[in-house]
Amino acid sequence: MKWVKVIVSFILTLSFLSFPSCAFQSDELLVDDEEFGLEGAPQHRSPEPIPTRSPPVTSPTRKRHSDLDSDSKIQFSLDHAFGDSDFSPAGTFSARLKTWSHGGQTLTKLRFSRNSFSDVEKEKFKNLLESDDFYRIRLPSNVLSPPGRDFIISSVKARCLPRESLDEHFVIHMEGVNVLAVNYGSPGSCPYPRNLKLPAKWSFSSHTVLKNSEQAPRAPVFTEEILGGENAEGEVVQPAERSFWAKYWMYLIPLGLIVMNAITQAMNMPEEQATGQVPAQGQPSAGAVQRGPSSAVRRR
Amino acid sequence: MAIRSFFLFILFFSSSLSPVFSLYEDQVGLMDWHQQYIGKVKQAVFSSQRAGRKRVVVSTEENVIASLDLRHGEIFWRHLLGADDVIDGIDIGLGKYVITLSSGGSILRSWNLPDGQMVWESSLQGPKHSKSFLLVPTNLKFDKDNVLVVFSNGRLHAISCIDGEVLWKKDFEAESFEVQQVIQPPGSDLIYVVGFAASYQFEMYQINAKNGELLKHESASFSSGFSGEVSLVSTETVVALDSTGSILLTISFQDGKISSQQTPISNLVEESLGPAVIIPSSVSGIFAIKTDAVTVFIRVIGEGKLEVVEKTTHEIAVSDALSISEDQEAFALIQHASSEIHLTVKLAHDWDGNLLKESVKMDRQRGLVHKVFINNYIRTDRSYGFRVLIVMEDHSLLLLQQGEIVWSREDGLASIIDVTTSELPVERNGVSVAKVEHNLFEWLKGHMLKLKGTLMLASPEDMAAIQSMRLKSSEKSKMTRDHNGFRKLLIVLTRAGKLFALHTGDGRIVWSHLLRSLHKSEACQSPIGLNLYQWQVPHHHAMDENPSVLVVSRCGPSSDAPGVLSFVDTYTGKELSSLSLDHAVVQVIPLPYTDSTEQRLHLLINADKHAHLYPKTSEALSIFKREFLNIYWYSVEDQNGIIKGHALKCKCTGEVADEFCFDTRDLWSVVFPSESEKIVATVTRKLNEVVHTQAKVVADQDVMYKYISRNLLFVATVAPKGSGEIGSVTPEESWLVAYLIDTVTGRILHRVTHHGLQGPVHAVFSENWVVYHYFNLRAHRYEMSVIEIYDQSRADNKDVWKLVLGKHNLTSPISLFSRPEVITKSQSYFFTHSLKAIAVTSTAKGITSKQLLLGTIGDQVLALDKRFLDPRRTVNPTQAEKEEGIIPLTDSLPIIPQSYVTHALRVEGLRGIITVPAKLESTTLVFAHGVDLFFTQLAPSRTYDSLTEDFSYALLLITIVALVAAIFVTWRLSERKELQEKWR
Repeated sequence: MKWVKVIVSFILTLSFLSFPSCAFQSDELLVDDEEFGLEGAPQHRSPEPIPTRSPPVTSPTRKRHSDLDSDSKIQFSLDHAFGDSDFSPAGTFSARLKTWSHGGQTLTKLRFSRNSFSDVEKEKFKNLLESDDFYRIRLPSNVLSPPGRDFIISSVKARCLPRESLDEHFVIHMEGVNVLAVNYGSPGSCPYPRNLKLPAKWSFSSHTVLKNSEQAPRAPVFTEEILGGENAEGEVVQPAERSFWAKYWMYLIPLGLIVMNAITQAMNMPEEQATGQVPAQGQPSAGAVQRGPSSAVRRR
Repeated sequence: MAIRSFFLFILFFSSSLSPVFSLYEDQVGLMDWHQQYIGKVKQAVFSSQRAGRKRVVVSTEENVIASLDLRHGEIFWRHLLGADDVIDGIDIGLGKYVITLSSGGSILRSWNLPDGQMVWESSLQGPKHSKSFLLVPTNLKFDKDNVLVVFSNGRLHAISCIDGEVLWKKDFEAESFEVQQVIQPPGSDLIYVVGFAASYQFEMYQINAKNGELLKHESASFSSGFSGEVSLVSTETVVALDSTGSILLTISFQDGKISSQQTPISNLVEESLGPAVIIPSSVSGIFAIKTDAVTVFIRVIGEGKLEVVEKTTHEIAVSDALSISEDQEAFALIQHASSEIHLTVKLAHDWDGNLLKESVKMDRQRGLVHKVFINNYIRTDRSYGFRVLIVMEDHSLLLLQQGEIVWSREDGLASIIDVTTSELPVERNGVSVAKVEHNLFEWLKGHMLKLKGTLMLASPEDMAAIQSMRLKSSEKSKMTRDHNGFRKLLIVLTRAGKLFALHTGDGRIVWSHLLRSLHKSEACQSPIGLNLYQWQVPHHHAMDENPSVLVVSRCGPSSDAPGVLSFVDTYTGKELSSLSLDHAVVQVIPLPYTDSTEQRLHLLINADKHAHLYPKTSEALSIFKREFLNIYWYSVEDQNGIIKGHALKCKCTGEVADEFCFDTRDLWSVVFPSESEKIVATVTRKLNEVVHTQAKVVADQDVMYKYISRNLLFVATVAPKGSGEIGSVTPEESWLVAYLIDTVTGRILHRVTHHGLQGPVHAVFSENWVVYHYFNLRAHRYEMSVIEIYDQSRADNKDVWKLVLGKHNLTSPISLFSRPEVITKSQSYFFTHSLKAIAVTSTAKGITSKQLLLGTIGDQVLALDKRFLDPRRTVNPTQAEKEEGIIPLTDSLPIIPQSYVTHALRVEGLRGIITVPAKLESTTLVFAHGVDLFFTQLAPSRTYDSLTEDFSYALLLITIVALVAAIFVTWRLSERKELQEKWR
């Protein structure tokens, strides 16, 4: 059952992901910890930053929320490095910072605009692909006061990225306004003997997911255990109602064996009667002749 | 595959239907052994009672107070105080109470000497932290009550010896006053408290011992200042050193008047010695100073006049004074001379005359003498005899009497740092056959006895004989490898820098070796042993080599001190070689590659994040080069809350060309916000763990695939506020976050926050699950959680047709750079105990079901079946689930008294539990260590693959013989009958 649920939810998510234009995003979705952002196939090749998703936020909603929770726009940058080179800007994340009435701050509406590769960078990336080296990215560990305590680094073998275009997938683990970690890699698998493959299109299709911590379920407390005394007894009775077979198989099997034995014996009876008379007649040489009917008897 | 594993599962669940593993009374000691230790002795007091058994009371660095039998060294009783309850002083009051002062002088306890019961305890508070002193004056009475004088926390207390009541107290609140000595001259009612103030002023307080009234306060200032300790040379004279360590100050405060004398050391000793320190001792009239090279004994004659009596370059140890008559004091002196030690007992006022001079042969592996305690007795000829208790460098304790070692205790084993195991040598042909034939009669006799026992025909004597035979079975303590892999060597590294090899059969010490590399030397001032690694485990093609272990240590407490490696042969205990490294050792990574002599490749990471490859051979280098790109590791900076992943980059770009040194680079980092999370536990899987199958068959013939990766790291963080003691925070401001992190890519595979929880967190990781233990502030109970992680990318391989047609991805290599498709299942349960350690059983092939081994607060080891910590437990499991072995959900984990692995014993001060697989799949070897050692064999699903030890072969033999006889008899009978019938 669970499988089905998971699959259904997965399909739902997928369908949600593949039609971003249809999905209406309201600020109230904040209850949901995960925020999916996705760009389908890249449409533009302009060197300008590409907004990956059109902002679905409407001004009335923002106003409505502003009296309770104030929110502001923030931006933080993504840097990248080829192999062991220094980091250089590669794109910008922009998000809405939500300040809750209880003082907590969370990010929502993460959008990502990726700078496309310059010719130099393309060259560098090609080198990475050839040497099967790492493509590294980094994010500030605090989005309000970058870079925070330290940069969050993540890296992937460059050969994992090219597909049709360069496919990348970010999972950003957040704790309030702090970035804990970023999982960076290809959205799908990256089978081990990594083959050299140049992308058909030198543009990125980026998928970003923002993740906050899940709450652990509490340990179950069985307070009703004492009350449920009779209940438990009732359960004890239930297993007693086993099937006839389950109860008496140990008697039934020997019985069956005896019956079968009896049947075979009964079947052999005529045969023995037939063969039993032969030695009495004192014609052992005719045994071969006699065997014919006896086997015929058996065949019956 | 799936079917096979399914059958195996069924087999195990049916074989382990009763999860209780327990022993019968007569099985105790059969496969287990228990050894009791006390640790390195800090202070020893001899019980001076004339009657009764002679005993010595000791306090140790493991915070143990113990009463030892002076004749045999056995423990009469002992008490382990808490880890933060360090013992400052012990003494014996009224001849029948052991008085201990502990916890920085704030707790005073009295114990009954004969049986060790606590008589009273009192807590002593004071205005400020200070040195603490415990005095038990013999003739200071107060209303017929003996008085204890305790100075602690800047306050002087007089305490009743009978009930621990504070009779009076006096504060010494002066800001800079540092107490150095508290003196109670025998026969007077005065107490002197002397000390330094502001490091150049000498202060003396004279106090009436009857009521604590301050009688006199004198002070004198010394412009040169003081350094180090003071030595008391008489009840009214102390000797101190000035701040340069070159001038001796003799300060006497007779009748409350301070007078002093300064003597430069160079006046006494011709050559210059450099800065000296005073060796603390309490011999009247004599004190000793020590410089780097020499030790000088100096006598005080009359008014501050000093005279050198002896100068020695040997390592030396001096005991405290022992008064043997009204005006005579004796002390013991121990000097080293190659393989012997010389013990001399002298009178305090007569340096040249020796009361006793003995030489004792001493095992070099014990190192130097660290401490000496002297005791006297009356010989049969009514003269004085002396015995001394010595504490050696390896923390062992020996009693010397009449030029012999009467007994010795290997108390270094109380402080084990690391443990590894080694196989024993293979039995050669032609060794044991004759022995068996020789013992054939014995063997038969033994089995007949056993048979009698089984048939309940044995008399009590027979039963005793059977029991002793079983316990003494020579089979288990042989020095060769056995078929089942039960006999092994446990190689343990102790804090003293000594390596011991213990036999798993009976726990005896096979060899011990004080590591030369861990000896204090010029280059390495305070070496510390860190870890043990299996360096060479010969099998296959290197059978003739002896296995060896690698001991990693470093010179000094800081992590950037240079490292030292030593290689020790585990059969002989010889140190094969040792390497002083020019770099520090921050991390040691045993790589999964070995060279042609089965030496394991190790990568050592230093403080500058350079990786060094060992062994430094070209073969190792070529192996390493092949796998160069596939080596990843991680580092945890728990102070900063950062976890980083690293990979190798290229050869070192230093000025010195070193082809075994590699630069590294950071691949990923996880930065925990310092204001909300603090790392408290990181756990990975054991490197040598074997997993039998990836598939797990669940109810309804369904298959789940375990996510089995060697590169998973479990991290637990708590709120920084909540990292203190339990109960120091409210549930609202305390939480615990559990992470599963892939250490190659830095991906967080699972992250879950538990609110209202607090550490300490103990965790264990095995196969695809992790179990962690913590405190739940809301429920006021301890809790244990389990996380299981399953691989979804292989989940579609359930279709048989796919398997048949080969359209599955089971054989394709896994790359961690692929996006993982995992699901996790978790559940929490309440648990009664708090834990000291947690481990999991491990078996040779990983088929046997697992048990968790929990080191409880009561210093016992409890085995808990992993099935109780199954996240798939539900309140009403279906029939199929029940068949699979799922236990109905309960909110707390059961503690079954029979499943205590340590049965009735306690492993005092339990610190770690180590499990080692035996060759027999059903069995695992468990070694628990703390102050005590305990070893046993465990069979989590019972010994389904072997006959039990008490299996009666004789009964089997007799049955077979009887059957054969019966066959013959019935054959003859039937033949006869046939014949008769034919004749009819």
